[in-house]
Amino acid sequence: MQPTDPRDPDYYHRVVDCQWACPAHTDVPEYIRLIALGRYGDAYLVNRATNVFPGILGRVCDRPCEPACRRGRVEASPVAICRLKRVAADLREDITARLPRAAERRNGKRVACVGAGPASLTVANDLLPLGYEVVIFEQHAWPGGLMRSNIPAFRLPAAVLDEEIGYITGMGADLRLGTPVRSLAALLDSGGFAAVFIGSGAPRGKELALPGRDASERIHIGIAWLESVAFGHVTAIGERVLIIGVGNTAMDCCRTALRLGARSVQVMARKPRGFFKASAWELEDAEEEHVAIVVNHAPKAFVVHDGRLQGMTFERLEYELDGERITAQRVIEEVFVPCDDVILAIGQENAFPWIERDLGIEFDAHELPRLDPVTFESTRRGVFFGGDAACGPRNIIEAVAQGHAAALSIDLHCRGEPLNARPPHAVTLQSRKIGLHEWSYRNAWDGRERRLVPHISLRERFRRLDVEVELGFDAARAAEEVRRCLNCDIQTVFEAPRCIECDACLDICPTDCLTITADGAPPAVQARLRAPRLHPAQPLFVSAPLRQTGRIMVKDEDLCVHCGLCAERCPTGAWDMRKSWVHIPQAGDEARCQGPAQRRRA
Amino acid sequence: MSFLPKPKVAHPGLPLNALGLNRRDYEGVMSTLCAGCGHDSVTAAIVQACFELELPPHNVVKFSGIGCSSKTTAYFVAGAHGFNAVHGRMPSIASGAHAANRHLHSIGVSGDGDSLSIGLGQLAHVIRRNPRMLYLIENNGVYGLTKGQFSASADVGTRSRRGDVNEQRPLDPVLLALALGAPFVARGFSGDREQLVPLLKAGLSSGGFALIDVLSPCVTFNDHEGSTKSYAYVREHREAPVALDYIAPRRAIEASYAAGEVLPVTLHDGSRVLLRKLEPDYDPTDRTRAAAFVQERALANEYVTGLIYMEPERRDFHTRHNTADAALNALPFARLCPGAGKLAEILREFR
Repeated sequence: MQPTDPRDPDYYHRVVDCQWACPAHTDVPEYIRLIALGRYGDAYLVNRATNVFPGILGRVCDRPCEPACRRGRVEASPVAICRLKRVAADLREDITARLPRAAERRNGKRVACVGAGPASLTVANDLLPLGYEVVIFEQHAWPGGLMRSNIPAFRLPAAVLDEEIGYITGMGADLRLGTPVRSLAALLDSGGFAAVFIGSGAPRGKELALPGRDASERIHIGIAWLESVAFGHVTAIGERVLIIGVGNTAMDCCRTALRLGARSVQVMARKPRGFFKASAWELEDAEEEHVAIVVNHAPKAFVVHDGRLQGMTFERLEYELDGERITAQRVIEEVFVPCDDVILAIGQENAFPWIERDLGIEFDAHELPRLDPVTFESTRRGVFFGGDAACGPRNIIEAVAQGHAAALSIDLHCRGEPLNARPPHAVTLQSRKIGLHEWSYRNAWDGRERRLVPHISLRERFRRLDVEVELGFDAARAAEEVRRCLNCDIQTVFEAPRCIECDACLDICPTDCLTITADGAPPAVQARLRAPRLHPAQPLFVSAPLRQTGRIMVKDEDLCVHCGLCAERCPTGAWDMRKSWVHIPQAGDEARCQGPAQRRRA
Repeated sequence: MSFLPKPKVAHPGLPLNALGLNRRDYEGVMSTLCAGCGHDSVTAAIVQACFELELPPHNVVKFSGIGCSSKTTAYFVAGAHGFNAVHGRMPSIASGAHAANRHLHSIGVSGDGDSLSIGLGQLAHVIRRNPRMLYLIENNGVYGLTKGQFSASADVGTRSRRGDVNEQRPLDPVLLALALGAPFVARGFSGDREQLVPLLKAGLSSGGFALIDVLSPCVTFNDHEGSTKSYAYVREHREAPVALDYIAPRRAIEASYAAGEVLPVTLHDGSRVLLRKLEPDYDPTDRTRAAAFVQERALANEYVTGLIYMEPERRDFHTRHNTADAALNALPFARLCPGAGKLAEILREFR
């Protein structure tokens, strides 16, 4: 087999499942170790370097890291990565002096950002320290975008939003609230902007065109309704509420409805469980509040008498399943469900009525701008997109990641360099050995199960709309949860020429992920692995031929718990435990590493 | 050595044997030997063999004397019985235990110091007694615990780590066992588990005294250039005249062999071994020729490994002495100790 090239910056990065899964590639194990040391401020800053909003994301992130977490493959549940992020934010000391600051001297370039959501704020965060003047246009009276208008305050308190957005606007962003951009052409024509970034989100809730839709005013569009609640325009709802759709917006709608006085809230799902779009934890939180989730009901019509909404009719469906796939469905009966209000939460769409179609910005059939997937530049030079505006409704952390990428592009664009002159991704490795059997990380296996985040009691939480439900881990609970992290970023690095094939590493490996075997074709070698390869998508390390017998060392990275015992039992130091630092370029990095000679691939 | 215990977490795909145990269930405590010690590989091979033989841990008894090798009985089958004897006196303890309970699977682990120096007399006599036990000599040619002096198995010309040259003739446990009439003699290498595990399984099932000399490099004191028991030297200087495949009882022989190429031997517990000749003239049932072959190859600086000699039919200790089948602890007290009257009766027979 072809030996693995560990200089490929993606090889060791992929081993750190959480970091690889995170769109912004936050160095999760590093900040978890800092939390373990009680260095909450440092942990916060490690987070902020890539995800910009640790306090916000520590509460409401879509957490792609957790399903990826290796702990979830070794035992039942992953590390509570997201809630540990919140611990770093909650318990941090004053770090304001360590935040990036706007450059003392401006570079004379102005950048316009449309919308003050996470994508635009990230662009501002990256460009202000480089000397750019950043003007953010926001239609509402508050910055934050969907983070503020669509995520209810009981999940994300306004104070947290204000603080973390304040770190960016406080750098001197020119934030123009209540200033919608009504014409991109006018903005471009106004001159003075070296680049325009569009982070205006996916602001239009999908409609459900069924009979009776327009006959009542008690039928609401989810995201618009949440926005009205967030800004205080809606303060009440009927007793019986139906939510159509089972995504995360639906979860926010049903829980908000309970806080506005609804007595019975039912979430109507077209499909059975397992096909819901909502994240498992958001479903769990809604069900904890006694929201009923009604499966296999497809909406058929709104029933309105004399202008009053009576309820809805549904077709009750039966599905035939083949594993996780629906193979057939049929209608069993039609049912009527009475209600006072209906909230539609069946998705969002992009809408750019303010972008003229003759500006050279092309859109696809879904009204999404055609973009370069790396630079996020549109088909018009100098106009960039990011966040939901770029790709349709996704999540905050992707918006942040795209904001970083776009900021780098904008910097290149403004400096007159080609947008593909981006520094490469890189990995550097640093040994963690500090003694014969000592490593500067805690490598002992801790078998405890995932700690639960305490919630405020059901009695307390409905008193006001903004009573935060999750209380977050306290320091003691966090100290237990951090021990579950397997430190996947402390890599097992193998140097074939040192190996004497004594088998010590194979014998000590608790999960049998190592094999020394004869070289051969990949399928043959994989068949000889000491433990079956359960997840072929996980990387396989293949060494160069070993000195004594010419066999190869193969490591299935899948279930490695990074206990370091292979390195501890190695008599020749062929194995070493090294921390991998993944470098994803951000705006300004290209100026710091000019010329191919200085572009170091780890 | 490592200070951390081996994590309890295991690969979810780890197979179970008929007892519902996985391989990890046959492990013992964490080894405190030097990292890279050959003995740890032998331990891992024993774990593998016991798992594959589906031995109930409480039916296993482990014996050892003193030395690096003798520490290893703590590192496998934690649920087994064990006795860590005085230096070189393990064979007596093992014989006594086997006399008291013939149904236990006995595993004795010793080293070149424990068996070939201080315990040589004990080894010679346990071979003569022929109890049913697997006797391993983890042979590295040096006294590791006392910082690497030459042991009785060090070859002439071997250079110690500090440069001294050994001039005394070595004792070869394989030749010794052949000379003393051991019914099962083999040599393994800690760095070749594919060969060692079937040997261990066959030895445990052989029904008599099975001696396996395992070349097990001392990574600290005898793994340098000039050593004849280093990983690199043994890898380059070994040959096997016979390959042994172990077939569990009631398991069909899956591979097909040409006639005359394979000698199947049924063992005491119904399992079988297939002896495949790699050296056409070699006969593993001919004791004299086997000894001659080992000596010849030794002159050419080659270790003969794999199965060296096997005697299918041989009366073991219990058959010879016509002892009770039941373990002594299972006999009713009245039968175990018939009393003063019965003793007087027996004594009268000798008057």
